[in-house]
Amino acid sequence: MKTLRRIGLYAGLAVAALTFIYPFLWMAASTLKSREEFGSMGLIPDHITLDNYRTMWARAPFGRALLNSTMVATTITLSVLVFGSMTAYAMARLRFRGSAALSAATLAVLLVPGQLTLIPLYTLIVQLGWIDTYAALIAPYVFNVTAILMLRQFFLQIPQSLIDAARMDGMSEFRILFTIFWPLSRPVLSIVAIFTFMGSWNEVLWPLLVVRDQQLMTLPQLLTVFALGGGAGSVGVSLASAMVLVVPVVVAYMFLQRNFIESMAGAGIKG
Amino acid sequence: MRHEHRSGSLMAAPYALFLLVFAAYPIVFALVLVFLRWDLVTAPSLAGFDNIKMLASDGRFWRAVANTFVFLSIHVPLQIVTALALALALNRKLKFRGFWRASFFLPVVISGAVVAILWSNLYATDVGLINKLLVRLGSSPVPWLTDPNTAMPAIAVMVTWKNVGFYVIIYLAGLQYIPKSCQEAIEIEGASAWQRFRYLTLPSLLPQTILVVTLSTINGFQLFIEPYVMTGGGPLRRTYSVVLYLYTNAFAYQKMGYAATIGVALALIIGAVVLVQRRVIGRAEAL
Repeated sequence: MKTLRRIGLYAGLAVAALTFIYPFLWMAASTLKSREEFGSMGLIPDHITLDNYRTMWARAPFGRALLNSTMVATTITLSVLVFGSMTAYAMARLRFRGSAALSAATLAVLLVPGQLTLIPLYTLIVQLGWIDTYAALIAPYVFNVTAILMLRQFFLQIPQSLIDAARMDGMSEFRILFTIFWPLSRPVLSIVAIFTFMGSWNEVLWPLLVVRDQQLMTLPQLLTVFALGGGAGSVGVSLASAMVLVVPVVVAYMFLQRNFIESMAGAGIKG
Repeated sequence: MRHEHRSGSLMAAPYALFLLVFAAYPIVFALVLVFLRWDLVTAPSLAGFDNIKMLASDGRFWRAVANTFVFLSIHVPLQIVTALALALALNRKLKFRGFWRASFFLPVVISGAVVAILWSNLYATDVGLINKLLVRLGSSPVPWLTDPNTAMPAIAVMVTWKNVGFYVIIYLAGLQYIPKSCQEAIEIEGASAWQRFRYLTLPSLLPQTILVVTLSTINGFQLFIEPYVMTGGGPLRRTYSVVLYLYTNAFAYQKMGYAATIGVALALIIGAVVLVQRRVIGRAEAL
């Protein structure tokens, strides 16, 4: 009876796991199938062909989009880490005028849904003349309120004696932050880095609003425009273009899955 | 002391500036836009209460709100049940626990745009994987995304599939807080597995359930890329979402004032719905 229930549990888990994994495996396999074979349920194509990838690469600037996405997500992540840490350090460990107001404003911003500010942000970008620029993709994301709150929480737990000793040695607050706090904060820094990078990498609504030039599109945007605009021509081609977006993420996820889960679940709960 | 003040101000200044430009200004300007007519080309003109009046009688907007409630009525309960079931399974002594957890979480890390494109194909009437499976099982194929009655439920199921791993983690965290002593006590009392679940596990997980309801509701109101990619809001506007309508007004019709009005209304609706939900769940707890 007990072994029977064990088998049932594992069978259930296997079916569930397959439900989540199989569609992605099927997608990967489909991109290697010929037009005739496309849509078959199996994972192993009779004839492996790279035609879908060749077509996709030739018809839209996916190489450029990969570069754009990487650049935008990396810049945003670095900015959120460096400037976010500075803010969090000041809020957690330094006394300065306006500190209480800044904390209150941060919590207030957290309560406002993004849909409310979407249009005014868009008109702001238009008025700044930033449509079709990297600035439009990056500037609204250089700070992340959730990241600041997480970093502040962590910085509050680092002993004051470390700061006092460093100040006696004549260290500036910037050096204390980056040479003493940062090495101690690796766990929270990696959590912030992952959810910030992933958020930017997967974002599609904002780029759809502020970028129209194909050369500046990020991957999810170009993928959406390409698949919807009929540029792909066939499902195999549009799935092949989706692979450009998915493969780097899945590879990173396979190596760092625990960090991904901790980061993306944690940010959602606190954010 | 003075040195500390100066460093603090210096370090926090960029963030203060950011809040002013990218948070405070847009919030204030959203409320201003409600009373403006503006196509971004000509100068904005005063609209008085026109945007609000238009919104109140705009069938397309209320259709989108109603669609969202259809979505939520399927998505939220389904999300709770599937996440709870998977979390309970994962909470036992298991082999390959990390693998199971990672596989449930996989769709969470994948872009919504990719998931939408992939599932358009899984749902396709003639060549879709799901219908092929149904046909093999002896059923007739279902036009998932082209039938007005199944399109929104199909999207709701897909979004549940995409996000469930996230909510599994929330429930797992909650399960670890149920004291071992309580579990042992209730077992000694001779409670059945169902009774243990009904009278210990479920009530203990109430904070997590509230979180799941709140987050999946907010998420539902943000529905955009799925209808944008999969149905264009059709068939018969049955999958049109509020954010898709907002986007269309801004981007296709160039009506900034009206689009901002939709945004403000959406924020108010989200706030109201979440508040009502918390009240209802809180009252259920008291019973």
